[in-house]
Amino acid sequence: MTILTQVLNGLQLGSIYALVALGYTMVYGIILLLNFAHGDIIMVGAYISWIVMSQLGLNPVLAIVLSIVGCAGLGVLIDKVAYQPLREAPRMSLLITAIGVSYFLENGAQLVFGADAKVVPEYFSLPSLSVAGVSPSANAIITIVVTAVSTIVLTILVQKTKLGKAMRAVSEDMGAARLMGINVNNTISFTFAVGSALAGIGAVLYSMAYTQATPTMGIMLGTKAFVAAVLGGIGSIPGAVIGGLLVGFAEVFVSAIGLSVWQDAVVFLLLIIVLVVRPTGILGRPMTEKV
Amino acid sequence: MTASKPTATQAGATAARGYRSLSMPARYLINAALVVAFLVVGELMIGGGVVSRYQTGVIEQIGIYIILAVSLNIATGYLGQLPLGHAGFMSVGGYSCAIFIMRMMGVAGVTMRDFTSGSPAAMGLFVCGIVFGGVCAAVCGLVIGVPALRLKGDYLAIITLGFAEIIRVVMQNIDGVLGFTLTGGAKGLTGIPSYTNFLNTFIVVAISLFLIHAMMKSRHGRAILSIRDNEIAAESCGVNATYYKTLAFVASAFFAGVAGGLYAGCIGVMAPAKFGFMKSIEILVMVVLGGMGSMLGSVISATVLTILPEALRAVSDYRMVVYAVVLILVMIFRPKGLLGDYDFSMSRVIERIMNHGRRPEDFAPAAASASDAGDITSPVEGPGAPAAPSDEGAGKEASTHE
Amino acid sequence: MNTNISRRNFVKSGAVAGIGLGLAACGGNSGSGSSGSDTIKVGLMGPYTGDVAQYGLACRYGAELYVKQVNGNGGINGKQIELDTQDEKGDATEAVNVYNKLVEDGVVGIIGDVTSTPTIAVAQASVADNMPCVTPSATAADVISYSSNYFRACITDPYQGKLMADFAADQGYKTVGVIYNSGGDYEQGVADAFIEEAGKKGVTVSAPQGYPAGATDFNSQLTNIIATNPDAIFSPNYYQDDGKIVTQARKLGYAGVFMGADGWSNIVGGDEEYASAEDLEGCYYDCSFVSENKDEKVQDFIKAYKDEYGDTPSNFCALGYDAAMILLNAIEAVEKDGTAAYGSDDYRQAIIDAIASGTAEGVTGDISYSGTGDPVKSTLIITFKGGVQKVFKTIEGK
Repeated sequence: MTILTQVLNGLQLGSIYALVALGYTMVYGIILLLNFAHGDIIMVGAYISWIVMSQLGLNPVLAIVLSIVGCAGLGVLIDKVAYQPLREAPRMSLLITAIGVSYFLENGAQLVFGADAKVVPEYFSLPSLSVAGVSPSANAIITIVVTAVSTIVLTILVQKTKLGKAMRAVSEDMGAARLMGINVNNTISFTFAVGSALAGIGAVLYSMAYTQATPTMGIMLGTKAFVAAVLGGIGSIPGAVIGGLLVGFAEVFVSAIGLSVWQDAVVFLLLIIVLVVRPTGILGRPMTEKV
Repeated sequence: MTASKPTATQAGATAARGYRSLSMPARYLINAALVVAFLVVGELMIGGGVVSRYQTGVIEQIGIYIILAVSLNIATGYLGQLPLGHAGFMSVGGYSCAIFIMRMMGVAGVTMRDFTSGSPAAMGLFVCGIVFGGVCAAVCGLVIGVPALRLKGDYLAIITLGFAEIIRVVMQNIDGVLGFTLTGGAKGLTGIPSYTNFLNTFIVVAISLFLIHAMMKSRHGRAILSIRDNEIAAESCGVNATYYKTLAFVASAFFAGVAGGLYAGCIGVMAPAKFGFMKSIEILVMVVLGGMGSMLGSVISATVLTILPEALRAVSDYRMVVYAVVLILVMIFRPKGLLGDYDFSMSRVIERIMNHGRRPEDFAPAAASASDAGDITSPVEGPGAPAAPSDEGAGKEASTHE
Repeated sequence: MNTNISRRNFVKSGAVAGIGLGLAACGGNSGSGSSGSDTIKVGLMGPYTGDVAQYGLACRYGAELYVKQVNGNGGINGKQIELDTQDEKGDATEAVNVYNKLVEDGVVGIIGDVTSTPTIAVAQASVADNMPCVTPSATAADVISYSSNYFRACITDPYQGKLMADFAADQGYKTVGVIYNSGGDYEQGVADAFIEEAGKKGVTVSAPQGYPAGATDFNSQLTNIIATNPDAIFSPNYYQDDGKIVTQARKLGYAGVFMGADGWSNIVGGDEEYASAEDLEGCYYDCSFVSENKDEKVQDFIKAYKDEYGDTPSNFCALGYDAAMILLNAIEAVEKDGTAAYGSDDYRQAIIDAIASGTAEGVTGDISYSGTGDPVKSTLIITFKGGVQKVFKTIEGK
């Protein structure tokens, strides 16, 4: 039964990574930016939940909605203020700016909320289940289901809607997309909104499972999810999900065999092996060299 | 010295057209004299109590960060890659240097006190330790560089980040695997003798800057620059891209290891948790703010960014937030860093004075050829690199009179 | 050409900015050089920003409260205590800088540092000055090993690990699971000592599980531990992690006892409840301060703290308060004696001697020293009953 529980643990952890990795992948896909601030957006989302429920004592549903909307708004704001002026700048400047934004959010949160962890109250009291001798926590089930639904909705959004088409066009060739009459800046903002809303959902699921918000919580979560996105092939939606699950399972597997002190190292080793064998990740498109 | 070749011809060519220039030995002599003057003045001021111990400590750290920033600049500014694992090399260098010195102290019969009094055996041990630290970091750089440099851009960034994290985890947990105390685990390596002082730090800084400068002025340096500008074009001209990328990467790691060795002696404690991702970013920020490809830029921004947190101690609550905002603003308004790829050359300034303020360009028609030659070997122009720290030192010395 | 000029301007402005900053940095210290003989200057250092700021700030509030009380009662020998407070961000490099700055500012003793690694760096640097230092909370064994000038107000990692292993044996636990942060010096130190002592006492430690610093998901480690059916789980981490570990273990169906070390002390009772009352029921941890302690000294301290800051003090606040008490008691003894000139080498040595031979009646128990910088003080085993913390028993120091 231990094995089944561990599989479930891996699925739950992997789902959260996958959800966060989706945000990375979307932003990278469209402006080729590793959005370092993505993990910190999740942190802000968790704090929004804490404020709404713990400080204001309002309805958990409102907390969930505000977390998601707040994250989406923050994502767009970051893009408008920090990234948009740098559209034509070298890639490295953009990356440094992202690091600056990440620094800003972490230290700003520390200034406002203090370094101590804040406890996010339970959104709902969930019944415990028992199936075939395993008692999976309801949290785990909800996390897995929400991630699956989010991925499907996102895939439909990108593949079937007009906005999705615009997003794909911009990611293919920004200049050509502009010539075709696509409002590039709006499309990018929309992408940030969607990616950050996913971060908001991630924040809610994270708070549900791990109950605490700290100013630095986004760093490790962000880095691991980022690894997941790269593993799966950055820019690819199914890739992000595969990468997330892979990272989650790798961590749980390493812990399960009693080597959990090495789990961070194993995650990065996995990344290195995959990148050396397949330099663009599992589902990444091969890079073509332009002279 | 291969470094002298291009500049010598350049100088020769321009001299023929009426531009008075310094000969290579004179250039080296001037810069060496400036470095020595800086060291002597600094040492006298510290000895005389003009510069306090607190300020000396900060100045030593400035020296360490200068090496770190300039060494990262090899990979970032000159090679055009974005490694995010520089702190990993620093920690490898620091640990290996400190462990080497601590283990060898008994063998060489050196005591803690000898490092402060500066006995020959202690100095020898210091040199061996620093070099050993650098070599260990360079070996790591080779192991990491060979697979990592097959990748490009963001993938290279993330793979180096991954390697640095692995190094950190290994430093934290290796004792449990080995079964004896090597790195001290999470608690860190403690009781490291304080073998770093102002004089040996800045001698190492000067030597490092000179070596990096000389490398970048040589055939190898030009090959590295050509890869940055266009890898495919460089390869088609017969530049072995893989070899030179690895070379730059290993050199970058070596000097980071040297800086790590100095750091260990300066602080006395090595804790693995401090060499994470954030440390790498801190160094990267120095390079980027200063200007990618500018040695002077790296030196200035390493200096300013080391002093800044000390100067802002009074408003420490807002310090990190301000730092973040400055970073974003600089990137938005000056994306190539404050100095771009400009570099400073003491000899050029002296030549300007010798020519009554006129520049080589003013001596047309030689202007075109002269400045072209300069551009090819840019961003490091003239053997001015060793002069850079002394220029910085002048700023600091001026400040200490307050 | 134009770009050239603008670049040159940048060089100039960069150089000017650099020099200006240098001036600012130096101007900062020169103002504070002269300390009159009507005040006694004491350094207070710790992380007040950064990711361990909560511990540093708690220590600082406690220490500042004690200094305020002393000054309110007329100071020492008619002299007011002047605190020189410096932030080191939890970083060893900064800590050494701060230490040098404090020495330069002319302090006669230092309360700090707070976390272990920076404290070790400071301890090494302070040997040359023979500077009397009292750390409220640096528990690593190394801290006091460099010279006789360093003291601590708290009990050490190995001491706590041993104490809890003995306690586990007394409780009759046969098998105990251990889960700890392998990236933290404190957690690793306590866990190692616990495992060693447990072995001696015949308590089986089933598969100790380390986790990397910053981890939030402990399900897989806990699943492993629960599979061995332990009588208790020892989780010697800081309260945020412990809260998550307890909560996750309960969700996985573990109903047994948790044991912890003094890192648990803020798990409930502060601004936040890191685990629910029912999840914590019947758990034990060791600590030297708990606000439910009925001792009069403790209650007075809590009242004074609440009046000053409006919060209930934590273990760190109490340790900060006691560290200040240890140092100021010694300074008082030296001032009363009056033979050593203020700020001289003899003065510092006299303070060190006074700390080593004195006893401070602190709020974390009476603290004295027996030849080393480690305190001899009593320790409380605290348990949770119906959502309230209670002193389960008191273990005298030896």
